[in-house]
Amino acid sequence: MNVARLARRNAWTLGTYALFVAVMIFTISIHPSYGPFEVESLVVGGMPLAFAAVAEACVVIGGGIDLSIGAMMAVANVLAARYMQNHDFQYALLVSGLILVGGTLAGALNGLIAVRTRVPDIVVTLAMSFVWGGVALLILPQPGGGAPDQFLALASGEFLTPWIPNGLLLLIVVVGVIWIPLRLGRTGLALYAIGSDRTAAFRRGVRVGWTRVLSYAMGGFFAACGGLALMMSTGIGSPLAGTIYTLSAISAIVLGGVSLAGGRGRVTGPIVAAFILTLIPADLILMGTDPNFGQVVQGALIVLVVMAGGLAPLLQRRRVRAV
Amino acid sequence: MNESAVLLETRNLSKTYGAVVALRSGDLTVRPGEIHALMGANGAGKSTLVKVLTGDTAPNSGSILLDGKEVRFASPTSARRAGLASVYQDVSLVPLLTVAQNMRLTGTPMAAIRPWLKELELEHVDLNEYVRDLPTPTLHLLDLAQALAWLPRLLILDEVTATLPADLTERVFRVARRWRTEGRSVVLISHRMPEVKALCDRATVLRDGTTVGVVDLASSGQEEIVSLMLGQAAASVVVSEGAVADREPTSSVERRPAVEVRGLRSGLLKDVSFTLQRGEVLGLVALEGQGQADLFECLSGNRTPDGGEILVEDRPRKFRHPHDAIGAGLVLVPADRALALLPQRSVRENIALPMVNQLRSWGLINARNERKRVRSAIDRLSIDTRAQSRVKQLSGGNQQKVTIARWLATGFTTLLCFDPTRGIDIRTKEQIYGVLREFAASGSAVLLFTSEMPEIQLACDRALVLFGGRITAELPAHDATEAVLIRAAHGLARAGSDQAAAS
Repeated sequence: MNVARLARRNAWTLGTYALFVAVMIFTISIHPSYGPFEVESLVVGGMPLAFAAVAEACVVIGGGIDLSIGAMMAVANVLAARYMQNHDFQYALLVSGLILVGGTLAGALNGLIAVRTRVPDIVVTLAMSFVWGGVALLILPQPGGGAPDQFLALASGEFLTPWIPNGLLLLIVVVGVIWIPLRLGRTGLALYAIGSDRTAAFRRGVRVGWTRVLSYAMGGFFAACGGLALMMSTGIGSPLAGTIYTLSAISAIVLGGVSLAGGRGRVTGPIVAAFILTLIPADLILMGTDPNFGQVVQGALIVLVVMAGGLAPLLQRRRVRAV
Repeated sequence: MNESAVLLETRNLSKTYGAVVALRSGDLTVRPGEIHALMGANGAGKSTLVKVLTGDTAPNSGSILLDGKEVRFASPTSARRAGLASVYQDVSLVPLLTVAQNMRLTGTPMAAIRPWLKELELEHVDLNEYVRDLPTPTLHLLDLAQALAWLPRLLILDEVTATLPADLTERVFRVARRWRTEGRSVVLISHRMPEVKALCDRATVLRDGTTVGVVDLASSGQEEIVSLMLGQAAASVVVSEGAVADREPTSSVERRPAVEVRGLRSGLLKDVSFTLQRGEVLGLVALEGQGQADLFECLSGNRTPDGGEILVEDRPRKFRHPHDAIGAGLVLVPADRALALLPQRSVRENIALPMVNQLRSWGLINARNERKRVRSAIDRLSIDTRAQSRVKQLSGGNQQKVTIARWLATGFTTLLCFDPTRGIDIRTKEQIYGVLREFAASGSAVLLFTSEMPEIQLACDRALVLFGGRITAELPAHDATEAVLIRAAHGLARAGSDQAAAS
C-alpha cells in the first residue's frame, strides 16, 4: 500500500502523535530538569485514563457507547483495594485475574441487555453506571485498603533503564495482546463493520449481535484493567475516584481520532490522547496557574481539535473539486 | 430449459412492517436455467420479496421451497450457503472498510472472486480503496462479482441496472445469459421493459404485495405485463373521467406562471424544464429513483441545485434554505409526515408553527389571532380533532391534513406535494384531492408527485412524466390514463405518445 494513502487514512492518529510531541516539548521547555521521575509520574498517572480510553474505543468503534466505564473501574479499584490488602503478591495477582474476568462479564452484560432488549445502549450503560457506582460504595464506603508493594511496582518500577517505567510496558503488552490479534483477524473487521453500517455488515455475514456483545465485553475488560491501574497509581481504593473516567475517556477517544459515529479510529490514538490530557494539568501547575484552569484548557483543546478534524476533510474535498 | 423442474418456489409469503403491509402474498416459481423477471409498480413488494427470500428479513407467514424442500434462512449468509445469492438494491458493502476487507468479511476467497472481476471488467479497481470512496455503479458490480464467486444456483439482481450506464448494464446481462446457459437461474428486478423483454424468459408480476400473474415472455409480451400491473385500472378510468368533467369549469383563473424551472440539474436530475401555472394542479409521475426527490428538494430549498434556474413569478430565485423557499411562497408537503410534524405537540401548535413570525407582536405570540387562523384552517380541511393534544395520535390521513393546514394558515402560492396520499384511506384521499382542486381554483399552483398513477386523472390538470432525470412526456389529464403513464414511466415513450395522439 502506498505511503501517501496510509498517511492520509491515519492523518488524525498522526496528528495526535504530533500534538503529544508538541506538548512534551513545551513541558520540557518550562521544566528543564525533566527526567525519569517525571516520566514515571506521567505514565503512572496516565495509565488509568489510557485503559479507560481503550475500553471506550472498543465500544465506540463498534458503533455503541458505554457510560459505565468509570463505574466499572471504580468497582475493580475497590475490589482490588479490599481483597489485596495484607496479602502477598501471588494472591494479589489471583485477585487481579478474577477482577478482569468479572469486568469482562460486566461489560458483556451491558452488551447483552442492549442487544436483547433493544433499549438504546446509552440508556442501558447509564443505568448500569449507577448500579456499579452503588456497588463500589457498598464494597468500600470510604477510601482505604491497599495492595502489596510488588503489585504497585508493576506500574512504578523501572524496566532496564529508569526512563522506561514498568507501567508503560504493562499498558503496551496488555493492549497489544488483546488488540493486535483481533485487528488482524476477521473479528476485528466485524467490529469495524458493525460500527460503520450494521445492515451491510449483516449482509456480509457478520453476526451483528454477537460482535456487539464482544465489543462491550472488551470494554469491560479494559475498564477492569483501568481500575487495577488506578489501584497501582494511587495505592488505595476509592469508591468515587473511578466515576470521572467515563467522560475523560470519551474526551480521550475523540481527541485520539475515534469517530463517535462508529467504525473509525484505532486504539493508539486514544492512548496517546490520554497522556496529553494527563500532561496538560501538570504543566499548568508547573506554570503556577490555578489547576482548575486545566479543565478549561482541556475542554477548549478538544473543541479545537475536533473542529480542525472536521475542517480537514472539507478542505480535501474542495481541493479534489478544484482539480 | 426443463419445463417441469422447479428450483425455487415461494407460497403466500407475507411481510408487514408495523401497520404497513409490504408483501401480502408473494408467490414466485423459478425453474432451473431461466432468467425470471420480477415486475410491479413502486411499492408492489418486489424488494421485500427478495429480502424475505434471502434471509435478510424474516417473513410473517408463507413458505419457501428449494428443490421441493421447505427452507428458511436466518441470514443472507445461510441463503448463500444454500445457493441463493442476492445483489440488493441498496449497496451492501461496508463503507468504512476497503473492498478487500469486505470480501474477507464474507469469507469469499480472493481467488474465487478474481475471475469474476475480470468478467465484469473490474481489474482496474484498487481493492485497497475504501468502499465509500468508490462510485455507486462500481460498487454494484463489485457486489455482483462477490455474489458470483459463490457460484449460486439462483442469482437475484434487485434493480442493479437502475444505477448503471448502458455499457455496464451490458456486462451484467452478459453474466446473466452465461448463468442461464450453465443451467443456473437468475431473478431480475427491473423497471425497464425493453431489457426485460430482451433478456428474460418469464415474468412474475406483483401488485399491492400480491402476485397477480406469471407471463411467458416468449409467447406474449409487454402488453400483458402492463395489463397485469394495471389490474383494476379500467374501473378507475371510468371514475376519473367523471372527475375530469366535473371540474373543468373551476379552472377559470388567469393563467400565468407561478414557477418556472429551466435546465435544472441535481443528483439524478439531468436536465429538467417545465412551467407550473397558477390555478392548475400539475401531476408528476415517475418510477422509483428517477430524480423526483431531487426535484422536490431543490424546489423546497432543501438543496442547492448543481445547475439550471428556478424562476418564481418570472424572477430567478436561489434558495439556500427552506426558509427562502417558504418566503417565496413555495411550501412542501412531504410523503413522510413524521418529517413535517412535531408528533408530540398539539394540532394547534403544529399548524401555527410556520406562521409564528407573522403572529408575533413585540416578541409575544398573539394567541387570539393564532387561534382564529388555526380554527379556519381546521374547518376548511375538516380535520378530525378529537385527538388533538398530540399529533402522533391522529390517523395518517388526518396527520397529512395537518401538514397541509399548516401552509393554509401561513399562506402560500405554490404547494409542492410529494406523494401526499401514501398509506391514506380512500375517503381522506378524496378530501385531499378536493382541497388541492380548491387551492388551484383560488389561484394557487400545486405540483403533485404521486406514485399512484390513477391520482393524475383524479386530481390534476396536466401530467409530466420523469424518466432517467428528464421530462419524457407531457400530456393533459384526460389523456393521462394509467396505461399511458405506466408505459411512459417505463421509458416506452413511443407507445405512450401514440396512445396519447390516438385519444
